[in-house]
Amino acid sequence: MKLSMNYREIEGSSTGFWILLGGLALVIALAGGATLYMEHEGHYVTGMNNQIVWGMPHVFAIFLIVAASGALNVASIGTVFGKPLYKPLGRLSGLLAIALLLGGLIVLVLDLGRPDRLIVAMTYYNFKSIFAWNIILYNGFLAVTVVYLWMMMERRMNRYYRPAGLVAFLWRLILTTGTGSIFGFLVARQAYDAAIMAPMFVIMSFSYGLAVFILVLMASYNWTRRPLGDAVLLRLKNLLGVYIAAVLYFVLVFNLTNLYATEHHGIERFILLDGGIYTKLFWIVQIGLGSLLPLAMIYHPTIGKSRPAIATAAALVIVGAFAQLYVILIGGQAYPLEIFPGYEVVSSAFFDGQVNSYSPSVWEIALGVGGIALALMIVTIGVRVLRFLPESLEDAAVDPHAKGA
Amino acid sequence: MSESSKLADAARRNFLARAGVAAGAAAVAPGVFLSTSTAHARPADEPVSSEKRWGILVDTTKCASDCNDCVTACENENGWGSSEPNSDAAQKAHWIRSVTIKNKATGFAKTLPMMCQHCETPPCVDVCPTGASFRRADGIVLVDKHICIGCRYCMMACPYKARSFVHEDLHDQKPWAPRGKGTVESCTMCDHRVDKGQIPACVEACSADNHNALIFGDLYDENSEISQALKAKDSVELRADLGLNTGVRYRGI
Repeated sequence: MKLSMNYREIEGSSTGFWILLGGLALVIALAGGATLYMEHEGHYVTGMNNQIVWGMPHVFAIFLIVAASGALNVASIGTVFGKPLYKPLGRLSGLLAIALLLGGLIVLVLDLGRPDRLIVAMTYYNFKSIFAWNIILYNGFLAVTVVYLWMMMERRMNRYYRPAGLVAFLWRLILTTGTGSIFGFLVARQAYDAAIMAPMFVIMSFSYGLAVFILVLMASYNWTRRPLGDAVLLRLKNLLGVYIAAVLYFVLVFNLTNLYATEHHGIERFILLDGGIYTKLFWIVQIGLGSLLPLAMIYHPTIGKSRPAIATAAALVIVGAFAQLYVILIGGQAYPLEIFPGYEVVSSAFFDGQVNSYSPSVWEIALGVGGIALALMIVTIGVRVLRFLPESLEDAAVDPHAKGA
Repeated sequence: MSESSKLADAARRNFLARAGVAAGAAAVAPGVFLSTSTAHARPADEPVSSEKRWGILVDTTKCASDCNDCVTACENENGWGSSEPNSDAAQKAHWIRSVTIKNKATGFAKTLPMMCQHCETPPCVDVCPTGASFRRADGIVLVDKHICIGCRYCMMACPYKARSFVHEDLHDQKPWAPRGKGTVESCTMCDHRVDKGQIPACVEACSADNHNALIFGDLYDENSEISQALKAKDSVELRADLGLNTGVRYRGI
């Protein structure tokens, strides 16, 4: 039996809807103010300096960009791997991917020293730079995903939907490979310079993107009182469990490889043992709260079926994701460059050989949170004006073989 | 149209045409006169030659632990150091700095100047998305301040922490060393002096006090002082494991 799925805009007239929209607009306005202040004064008002050159905005931006490509995965499973259960989720998956990417890119651009020169970044390319490639990959991702959504949503174009989905899937894999390679290609830094960073970022994107997708799906169905059956939700949370485990595996291999090579013992000791805030974030937040706890919740025979528990697990994955990116980005820069192997630095006018300190300013955090708010606003307006959400995702609607169907 | 209004019309056209010519001339003149009034060792319209490669040899055995002459000379020459009142110590720019290091195994200590090493294959140039970070044909690595977007990826990539990001508005800059809020900068090997046939300010200051720890010259010229000195005694590149073939080399570490 072929199921026909009805998609409909959300009503979007309730007080709650307008409060949500107004709240997001307020956060975006505050972020805009913070950005104007930072750009007018210069970066001295931020926590960044010439030792920690990428700060909190980069943590937010990279989270959003990585999660964007991961959010599209749900659509890919339906289109490329032909799983019927995922097909009704494809539209939201594409919308979320676009929204998250735009949110991330705006944070990245507004943190530049010269955001007014965006046009320069778009017209001058150094093709040896993975950053330059990423500019093309990000813009291409937006275009490819828009086309993919169009093929999905326009009945006359449905026949091109599979090839479009395949292109989008391959593009997103390349895109996250590019994001991971931003760090993988940094030969000089002890914390980076590893080919495994590219596939690790791909796996991280699966996990982060799905966690965001689950939360957005649950919230939008709950708030619009549309039915969301266990068939969809339990499948998604099980998949999230697999992704969390896969990220853990990559983190394990990355650190084990470093532990084997004596030259990397310094950075490993710093992250795993005596790096203060970075060590705590790694073990307590990234591994404990962000990986092991949600894994246990997801696979627990009873808790694993509870909706609040599934939502909490997804939220914990996002908290762990921020910790992971903070440790990689800030922790990696805090650890001093090894400029004089075999020597220790006795004194330096420029903090050589010292662990660099960073405390994020409220402006940087505001900018980052603004990126998240922008992404959520795009999704909120998107589902209000176009038919992204199925009217029902109850078990009988998504799976004819479900119990009681 | 009456005769008088025709006349007024012609007069207006005439005036506008003359004003246009005058404005155009005023706009073009400075460029014309500037380009003819300066004399360089290497004429400004002649490209930099790849037949030279500028380098500096640092003989750390001649560096005194309390000497900061090269750093002070660079600050004075290029106008950094005291120009960023709002930035904290970790945010202020450093084009060259004095570092004291100690051998972990033997305890032997050294003081030396650290700056851009002017690599032959600079990681900062590889990663720069816009091409603002570039290497001149004669080996000097620079930042084109006009197309630097301030992404700071070059600072992530540099193995020597040679680059700085300007965290605030600057005033009273040196005309030959333009700097700007939101862009990245580093040692230019005093390209403005080198192009006039002079030596970098740090090298000049070091030899002025007879320390002679710094030798500047053309690495490709076998007869240059630097080539002779490099041939006569051992020297090293910092982070030689990265294979960057730096233009700055050190003796005594």
